[in-house]
Amino acid sequence: MIFSLAVYSPPYSSQASESAYRFAEALLAEGHSLYRIFFYQDGVHNSSQLLTPPQDETDFTSRWRELSERHHIDLVVCIAAALKRGILDEEEANRYEKPAHNLHEGFALSGLGQLVDAALMSDRLVTFGG
Amino acid sequence: MSTLHTVNKSPFTHGTLASCLSICTDSDGVLLLEDGVFGAMTTTPCATRLTELIEQGVRVYALIDDVKARGLEKMLMSNIELTDYVGFVQLSTQHRCVQSWY
Repeated sequence: MIFSLAVYSPPYSSQASESAYRFAEALLAEGHSLYRIFFYQDGVHNSSQLLTPPQDETDFTSRWRELSERHHIDLVVCIAAALKRGILDEEEANRYEKPAHNLHEGFALSGLGQLVDAALMSDRLVTFGG
Repeated sequence: MSTLHTVNKSPFTHGTLASCLSICTDSDGVLLLEDGVFGAMTTTPCATRLTELIEQGVRVYALIDDVKARGLEKMLMSNIELTDYVGFVQLSTQHRCVQSWY
């Protein structure tokens, strides 16, 4: 079966990112496929390459990236939700004349249409919120 | 058509479990995870409604890791089933859609 996940919560503030990650690992281990993980609302904070957790805590951004590389999963971040929370890629930083960009490699900024597409292309869309 | 409802908030602090149970139908399933597992306690504010629904055929599950993390193993209603992440995935495939209450 084809799954997609929607993550609406930031890491470290709630358990939702952890739950989403463990659900992703379990579904892949069961032989299902994961089409896309869509980060929306405060969930966009999962994609910042500047997150610097202590060594004994989970590094969510790197974990999503590794999972994506290993299983060819599309990591999409809502562009409107990201920009207003200070998550920018190089193109957007240039467009808005900002001094830096921080979207982690492997994540892509895009629109809500990608969430609709994930719902259409997947057998199940599972949301992990606040 | 059956729906798997997931609830991740404690019924002691949020109304999501009560809202979920008010629209839950007989072929649905309810999975309690994160702080939602407090809803599986014998003292949960929703205990009566949960028991009614279980008697009508609704299956109610609690995620074992989240139960253990909160030390609730010995405080749960006996008619609630424990499951793990693989069980969560299987439940997702067995229901037509997954509705998250958060």
